[in-house]
Amino acid sequence: MSETLPPRIVIVGAGPAGIRAAATLVEAGLHPVVIDEGHYAGGQIYRRPPAGFARTPARLYGSEAAKARALHALFDRLAAEGQLTHCALSSVIAKHEGRLHVLAEGGARVIGYDRLILATGAYDRVAPIPGWQSAGVYSLGAAQIALKAQGVALGRRIVLMGSGPLLTLVGAQLVKAGADVAAVLDTSPWHQQIRGFWELAARPGVALRGLALRARLGGRYHAGVTLERIEADGLGVAALHWRDAGGRERLTPCDMIGMGWHLRAETHLADLAGCAFTYDEQWRQWLPRTDRMGRAGNGVYLAGDGVRLLGADGAEIAGRLAAAALLTDLGRPVPSAGADLRKLARLERFARGLARSFPWPAAMVQALPDDAIVCRCENVTCGAVRESADFGSGEANRVKSLSRGGMGRCQGRYCELAAVELVAAQCGCTPGTVGRFRGQAPLRPAPVGALLREG
Amino acid sequence: MITGARIVRLAERDRAEVQFFLDGQPCGALAGDTVLTAMLASGPALRSSEFGPELRAGFCLMGACQDCWVWQEEGPRVRACSTPVTEGMRLRTTPPESWP
Repeated sequence: MSETLPPRIVIVGAGPAGIRAAATLVEAGLHPVVIDEGHYAGGQIYRRPPAGFARTPARLYGSEAAKARALHALFDRLAAEGQLTHCALSSVIAKHEGRLHVLAEGGARVIGYDRLILATGAYDRVAPIPGWQSAGVYSLGAAQIALKAQGVALGRRIVLMGSGPLLTLVGAQLVKAGADVAAVLDTSPWHQQIRGFWELAARPGVALRGLALRARLGGRYHAGVTLERIEADGLGVAALHWRDAGGRERLTPCDMIGMGWHLRAETHLADLAGCAFTYDEQWRQWLPRTDRMGRAGNGVYLAGDGVRLLGADGAEIAGRLAAAALLTDLGRPVPSAGADLRKLARLERFARGLARSFPWPAAMVQALPDDAIVCRCENVTCGAVRESADFGSGEANRVKSLSRGGMGRCQGRYCELAAVELVAAQCGCTPGTVGRFRGQAPLRPAPVGALLREG
Repeated sequence: MITGARIVRLAERDRAEVQFFLDGQPCGALAGDTVLTAMLASGPALRSSEFGPELRAGFCLMGACQDCWVWQEEGPRVRACSTPVTEGMRLRTTPPESWP
């Protein structure tokens, strides 16, 4: 790195964390490059519809409209003023020795960097249910994106299932938009939900808003359910079989199911960047290790749901902190981080409450029948994963090689946690000792043509 | 349960119409629709699973699951959830015959 040239800083992701990181760097006189898969900045939570759509931010983002508007306006202004470079519709597919390989509409390109901020966000943490490979089963995030960015419901008669804040939020949003929501099924029983009370009280406004949203669901909402199986016909989902908290068998006809248990951090790029990982017992998943500011070492910084699942408000704070850490490491003056660190601690307490009240359904996953599909990319069954666990000495990557679970199109994003849970149960160990699937480039499918150069 | 279209339009219906072709048949969509929205507003699914008997209709809608790649009659495959539909686009739910 030359002493005379300004450092090349690349931010991956233009959600709340990436936007705040970029703005903090611009304020310090730096010019970051922001690479993002979206057309407009905003990320998934503050995703903007395409041009020509008419709904106002108030209708799209509800109580969070002011935050969404502020972030959009800030980023658009910095981009218009040329204070940052926005690479939209661009996916980072690989990283090698200070260079990112980026896939965009015009083909592949290489972007060099000296320091890297990863704000790659998260996606739905899903658990398999027998029949979940059928057409018409979606993640909760998908249901929300369809409504927000396209103005559509993904089915005529909808069942939502899982646990966590998104379950209630998506249900309330769909009901408000006029969709036919038949049932909202929470696998967490009331007595479990109450356990996070003191931690959830760290953000009383947010907790009360959640309860108000849930009230809007009325009799559609059921806590403590057991999910049995999805019934399908030749075209897709036809009904959900479940049992209520009292153990009574229930059958709800539907043509769309949305599922999700909180979020799972998108960590593939952090993995390629050489970050260390820790199995987080609270979130039942592997998360990259950083210091309080987001420093992962070797000039890599992490911010947002890709490293700590604190939601959009936490991501804004983490974005500022990661940028401040980067500025400190460059020896530049930095605004005090004290207030942000205190806010972050409060959000972390709240997040612990959410994790406690709305847990990952480990027992449900462990009890899946052998013929249930765990990898929906390649229809690898639970039985195949269990058998591989016996051969593979209970190590995640051996199970992956033997069963092909986690080797399909999604690269394990949607099956890994369930597969690891099955292996742990089979081998009588904990998910943390089973390990995690190694991330592999390309991080997105890349057509060979994009990588060929003329001449 | 599903006959015909899978999705239901709840808002943003005042947009210009776009015509595209799905398995050779002319279909209507709205400007700003993704390929996924356009195809599921005209039919029950995007494609068949390569590994089982069931149809597939996308899963995550945020470019993470790669469930929704579909074929065009000519040109590269597209990820339906992140590709806008365009006038005259010719989409297929099955691979073209030249597909290996």
